[in-house]
Amino acid sequence: MPAKISVHKLTMAYGPVVIMRDLDFEVNEREIFVIMGGSGCGKSTLLRHLVGLMEPSEGCIFYDSNNFTATTIEERARFIRRFGVMYQWGALWSSLTLGENISMLIEEAGQQSPKTVRDLVAYKLSLVGLAGYEDYYPAQLSGGMKKRAGIARAMALDPDILFLDEPSGGLDPLSAKRLDDLILHLRDSQGCTIIIVTHELASIFGVADTALFLDPVTHTQGALGNPKHLRDHSENPAVRLFLNRGLTPIPAS
Amino acid sequence: MPNTIHDGAKNNSPPCASWRLEDQSVLLELSGDWHRGGPDVTTIGNSSGRSADRYDVQKLGAFDSMLPAFLLAHLRAHPLPSGTTPSFEGLPLNLCGLLKLALAVPEEIGAQITKPVSRAARLGKLSLKAWKSTLDVIEFVGQCSMSMGRLICGRARFRKQDLWLSVQECGIEALPIVTLISFLIGMILAFVGNAQLTNFGANLLVADLVAIAMVREMGVVMTAIIMSGRTGAAFAAHIGSMNANEEIDALRTSGFNPFDYLVLPRLLALVIMMPMLTIYSNVVGILGGMMVGSMVGIPTVLFWNETLLSVNLTNASLGVIKSVFFGAAIAVSGCMQGMRAGRSSAAVGQATTHAIVAAITWVVVLDSAFAAIFTLLNI
Repeated sequence: MPAKISVHKLTMAYGPVVIMRDLDFEVNEREIFVIMGGSGCGKSTLLRHLVGLMEPSEGCIFYDSNNFTATTIEERARFIRRFGVMYQWGALWSSLTLGENISMLIEEAGQQSPKTVRDLVAYKLSLVGLAGYEDYYPAQLSGGMKKRAGIARAMALDPDILFLDEPSGGLDPLSAKRLDDLILHLRDSQGCTIIIVTHELASIFGVADTALFLDPVTHTQGALGNPKHLRDHSENPAVRLFLNRGLTPIPAS
Repeated sequence: MPNTIHDGAKNNSPPCASWRLEDQSVLLELSGDWHRGGPDVTTIGNSSGRSADRYDVQKLGAFDSMLPAFLLAHLRAHPLPSGTTPSFEGLPLNLCGLLKLALAVPEEIGAQITKPVSRAARLGKLSLKAWKSTLDVIEFVGQCSMSMGRLICGRARFRKQDLWLSVQECGIEALPIVTLISFLIGMILAFVGNAQLTNFGANLLVADLVAIAMVREMGVVMTAIIMSGRTGAAFAAHIGSMNANEEIDALRTSGFNPFDYLVLPRLLALVIMMPMLTIYSNVVGILGGMMVGSMVGIPTVLFWNETLLSVNLTNASLGVIKSVFFGAAIAVSGCMQGMRAGRSSAAVGQATTHAIVAAITWVVVLDSAFAAIFTLLNI
C-alpha cells in the first residue's frame, strides 16, 4: 500500500533563512505521526507546508502518491477538502458561536436537515467535552476550551487526514488524557491518518506510532521512528535528551 | 477515501433505526449506510421514552459521524437516572468507544444562553445598557482628565516616541486627504455661491462666502470628520487589538498606567494637530474657492482682498477653538472604544465602527452647542 503522505527532500525557508532542510519521511494510512522538537524548531512551519499554507523552497509533498506541491489551485482545493486542521490557538471564527463554527462547514459540504446538522454539531462538541456549549462565542471560552473547540471543528467533516497543532498544550492533565483517547478512537474508528505537532512527552508516548524529531541545531531531520525506541536507542543524543526531559540520557545501544 | 468506520454488509440502503420491545427491554436495530449527505434517517417504532438496552447491527452498512451523532442525540434525549450508565450491548467496539467518550463529560445545561426575552425585558436591558454607556463615557473622560492632571504635575509616564509617532500619524500623514477634501469643499462652496449670487450681481461676495464658511464651520467640521474616520478608527483598532492580545493587561501588571501610556499620547497628539490641520484646511479651502472664482471671472487679487476683508481674527479663531474640542472628542471616542473592546477580532471591528459613529456624533453635537453659544455671544 503506498504511503498516505510522502515528503521528499523538503526544505523550508523564510527568504534566505533556512528553517529545515532535506526532510524525508513517509506517513502510512491510519498512522498517528508526531512532529516533535523544541520551541521554535519549525514544527508548526512543517505543518503549514503540509497543509499548503506555505510553499517549500525545495522538495515535494505527495498525498496518496499525488504531488501536492505541483498542483493547480483547483486540484489543491480538492486535496484540502480531505484535511481537517486544528490550529495552535483554536483559530475559531470569533463572530460565530461554537455551533456555527462547526455547522458552517457541515452545511457548506452538502444539503443536510437542520436536525442532522444540530446532532452532528452536538456530537462533535461532546467528543471534546464541550457538550451544551453550542451557543457560546469563542471570546467567552477559556484557552483550553478554545483549543478543544478547534479540534471539534477540524473533525467536522470526518477528514481523511487530521492535522493537530499543539492539541494538548495548555490543557489540564485530564483533558489532555481525554484528548489522547479521542485521537486513538478517531484513528481506530474512522480510520483517519493523524499528524500531530507537539512537544508534550506524555502525549507523544501515549499516542504516537511514529515520531519525527526536528533538530534545531543542524536544521535537519534529527530522528524518525517509534518514540519509545528513539528515547532509549536513538543515535542522536539531542533526541534522547529531548525524550528523557533533559535527564541523563541512556546511551545509545 | 470514504470514512468507513464499520465494515458491515454494504447494502447501499437508506439509514434506518427501528425500535422493538423484546423481553421488557428496548432493542434498537440499525441498518443501512449512514453517510453525511445521504438519504434522511428513517425511524420505525418508538423508544417508549427509554434509551435502548440492546443494539442489533447485523444489517448495518458503512457509516461516518452520522451514526454516533444520531445515537448520542437519542441517548441525550432519554437520560438515565444518575449513577447508571447507558448500555452499549451489541454495538461495535469502536462505536462504543466514541459514544463513551462523547458521554464522558455531562452536557452543560446552563451553557445554553439563548433564552426568549420579552419586549419589556429587552427595553429594560436597552435602557440599562444606555445608562451604563453614559456612565462609561463620564468615567473615561474623568480618567482622561486625571491623566492630563498627572501630565501637568509631571507624574504621567509614557514614551515620548509614542507621542511623536501619534503626531506624525494624525498630522503629516493626514495632509493628503485633508488637502483633497478641503480643496473640493472650497470649490463646491464657490460654485454654489456663485450660482446664487450672480443673480444679484454680487458674485464678488463668493469670496466672503467661501472664506467665512471655511474658517467658521466647513474647515473644522470636515477635518474632524476626516480625522474621525481615519485616526479615531485607527486608535480604536490599535488599542482594541492590544486589549484582545492581553497587551493592556501586561502593561498594568508591569506597573504602567494604560491611560497614561496609551490614551494620553494619542489625546495630546490629536489636540495639538487638529488646530493646525484646521488652519491648513481653511487655507486650502479658500484656495479652492479662489480657483473657481478665477474660472467664473473674479480676478484672483480681488478675491484675495475680499477674503482678507471678510476674515477677521475673531472669525478665524472660532474654527480653531472648536478644533481643540473636536480633537479631544475624537481621541476620547477612539481610545475609549478600543479600551472597552472585547477580546476577539469581531469585537475589534465593532469597536472601530462604534468609535467612528461616536466621534462623528460628538463632533456634530459639539458644533451645534458652539453655534448656539456663539449666537448668544453675538460672535
